[in-house]
Amino acid sequence: MVKFNRFTLNNGLRVIVHEDHTTPMAVLNILYDVGARDEDPDKTGFAHLFEHLMFGGSINIPQYDEPLQRVGGENNAFTTNDITNYYITLPASNIETAFWLESDRMLSLAFSEKSLEVQRNVVIEEFKQRYLNQPYGDVWLKLRPLVYKKHPYKWATIGKEIKHIEDARIGDVKAFFKKHYNPQNAIMVVGGNITTEQAKQLAEKWFGPIPAGEKYLRDLPQEPVQQEERRLTVTAKVPLNDVYIAFHMPGRLDEGYYETDLISDILSRGNSSRLYKTLVKDKQLFSEIHAYNMGSFDKGMFVVEGKPLENVSIEMAEAAIWEELEIIKNQLVPADELTKVKNKTESTMVFSEMSLLDKAMNLAQFELFGDADKLNHETDKYLAVTAEQIQKQAKEIFRKENSSTLIYLAA
Amino acid sequence: MKLERTIAPEFKAVGQIELIRPEQIDLDNGCKIFCFNSGDQDLVRIEWIFGNLHFDPAKPLMNVAVNTMLTDGTSKLSAAQIADKIDFYGAFLQVDYGYDHSQVVLYTLTRHLAATLPVMKDIITDSVFPEKELATFIRNQQQKLQVSLQKNDIIARRKFNKAVYGNTIYGLGAELDDYKTLHREDMLEHFKQMYQPSNCTILVSGKIEQSTLDQLKEAFGKEWSNYSIKAATSQPELKPAPDHFYFVEKPDALQSAIRMGLPSINRTHPDFPALQVMNTVLGGYFGSRLMANIREDKGYTYGIGSGFSSLSKGGAFFIATEVGADVCKAAVNEIEKEINILKTVLVPEGELSLVRNYMLGSLLGSLENIFSHADKFKNIYFFGLDYDYYDRYTEVVKSISAVDVMQMAKKYLDTDNFYKVIVGKY
Repeated sequence: MVKFNRFTLNNGLRVIVHEDHTTPMAVLNILYDVGARDEDPDKTGFAHLFEHLMFGGSINIPQYDEPLQRVGGENNAFTTNDITNYYITLPASNIETAFWLESDRMLSLAFSEKSLEVQRNVVIEEFKQRYLNQPYGDVWLKLRPLVYKKHPYKWATIGKEIKHIEDARIGDVKAFFKKHYNPQNAIMVVGGNITTEQAKQLAEKWFGPIPAGEKYLRDLPQEPVQQEERRLTVTAKVPLNDVYIAFHMPGRLDEGYYETDLISDILSRGNSSRLYKTLVKDKQLFSEIHAYNMGSFDKGMFVVEGKPLENVSIEMAEAAIWEELEIIKNQLVPADELTKVKNKTESTMVFSEMSLLDKAMNLAQFELFGDADKLNHETDKYLAVTAEQIQKQAKEIFRKENSSTLIYLAA
Repeated sequence: MKLERTIAPEFKAVGQIELIRPEQIDLDNGCKIFCFNSGDQDLVRIEWIFGNLHFDPAKPLMNVAVNTMLTDGTSKLSAAQIADKIDFYGAFLQVDYGYDHSQVVLYTLTRHLAATLPVMKDIITDSVFPEKELATFIRNQQQKLQVSLQKNDIIARRKFNKAVYGNTIYGLGAELDDYKTLHREDMLEHFKQMYQPSNCTILVSGKIEQSTLDQLKEAFGKEWSNYSIKAATSQPELKPAPDHFYFVEKPDALQSAIRMGLPSINRTHPDFPALQVMNTVLGGYFGSRLMANIREDKGYTYGIGSGFSSLSKGGAFFIATEVGADVCKAAVNEIEKEINILKTVLVPEGELSLVRNYMLGSLLGSLENIFSHADKFKNIYFFGLDYDYYDRYTEVVKSISAVDVMQMAKKYLDTDNFYKVIVGKY
């Protein structure tokens, strides 16, 4: 149970306070309701590049990191296809520094040309390091456009290609800021050794004067229902073959999401999971195999990924995966197995409450979903899922005409 | 009153940092239990920590393989049964191989401890390494190794460790053929010698009830005997290689991995805390000089950092990064330039005070929950240090002078003796 208080400033900034007086620390987490899905198809990778630029100085504060480090704080940020999230942890006695820094960059960036030039290079190096200079690193650059034809999930957060990053101009940066970085599009969570009264006073002081800006209304092209099986085979300089089968699945807030999430646990969570036990251990067909869901807000992606052993053909590998998927479609999950994955979900939730930062990020995300208190009912949602619902969901998802298969062949 | 946004709010220095110390229980068989009790959440973490056995170059993978395969079967339970039981109760079982110690870790809700502890007892006292599981293990590890060996940063780390630590447990970079030296009989013998009470330290952290302790004492005390042979955990001295430069060419590389540094002291040395301050200035945090220059000014890399590995038989200083292949030489020059500046120009007071505050805040922030307090204990206990280490550490961080920092750089960053590894283009 994560307790919190909530208020909204006149400019529309939603603020959540989670008091935790067992720690001397505090966190300030700001979620901006913008991700790679909100990008222009010709300027992909921009939300993430922009995240880098948020550290390049703001209108009144030339250096973001330095004053924070000076008061014993640390910060970071991440961008997904759905959101951009910034966080600070610091000794609670210095929490005002966090309000000062975050409010100034919500007010306005410095829009420095030098910062843009350097961060373009940094992001290009990140692109190479994580996506191009790694075995299998470019898989998401290939799989996303196979799975999505219309929806902007068809590109990765890093962007479609390096050229889009190279082409970013300061005018684009300013426009993006104006469109997405204002109080109405943000949720702030303050947590740790701080009172709600204190948080309210500091929020009014530092964030209250920021103009509300315009509310961004999201209107994204929706992904049509997939009608045909899709396949792509690529040959690359990798040591082992790799098989990816991706399926469309419900979005984070859609009906069927919790069922699907439990399906991924049944198939692949831990050494007692089906794919590991059957395909790695018993039949000895794969050296490793995983199933996961991307947790996307819009219509999502469920992926089964495995590296077959050297003596196993791609056809055999695919057939073995489908055989397992057919079992979960055709047979009810036994009660014990369902209890198992539910227990795991429950304990994971309890363990996540050990971390102040995790709690703050979760509250922000659930507030974005409509109500931070949903976090406290998340476990119940999983516990309520029945074996019948799981079977129904498996039948819905695991169909050839809902699948996109990417075969990675070792050259 | 107009809000003054250009001036930073007042701030306070981090005060006294309080560490939670454990309660110690010595069992008759030589096993020691340390308890960190905190009842905030209904969960507990238990770590069984064992000293690795003496490294045998003819059987280099013995320590890691025995540890990794502890979940693969006991005389009563198959690998599948172990996984079923642990997963059913929503618990998490991990095995972790480290350079000096290997451990088995259980995370569980306190109410499920009674159900999961017997499985742990089985694993730790009665693992049997079934032949079939061993064959699977070897095959899958060999496959994973092939993928790892395609990664420039991993190749660089392997080359570097081999160079600074020599042919020891620290310098080991497994080759595909090394897996052929694994045999079940050897592993059983290794297991009996290593996983015995007199070589075991148990750390319990979380919500600990008396019944928890009673169960632990029962299972890992009276019912657990030592083996006839004592665990031989001493390791040979480090033997750094004579060659100091290693270049692995990858003609298609978009980036080059750089790793450089040299053998150094470990945490037991009185200079260690001062060295940590020097390292933080150079490459130990986001605002460090290496990051400021090579990422934030030049844009050569996504990240660069430096650090000290503190091991029981010594340690090493290293700088690691991956940079654009076309700027690799330039990056190496900049790294050397930054080291030189540290050795010849005093750190400005503003920067030093920032680093002081950052390090103290970081120490405070690292004490997130009861598990972190247990981790802090591990850092000193296995080096034979006491809690006054942290008092010394904070004292040094608070009082160190710019002259001291320069002295540390001069004494420990002898670039003439640096080992340098480049993987990619140079």
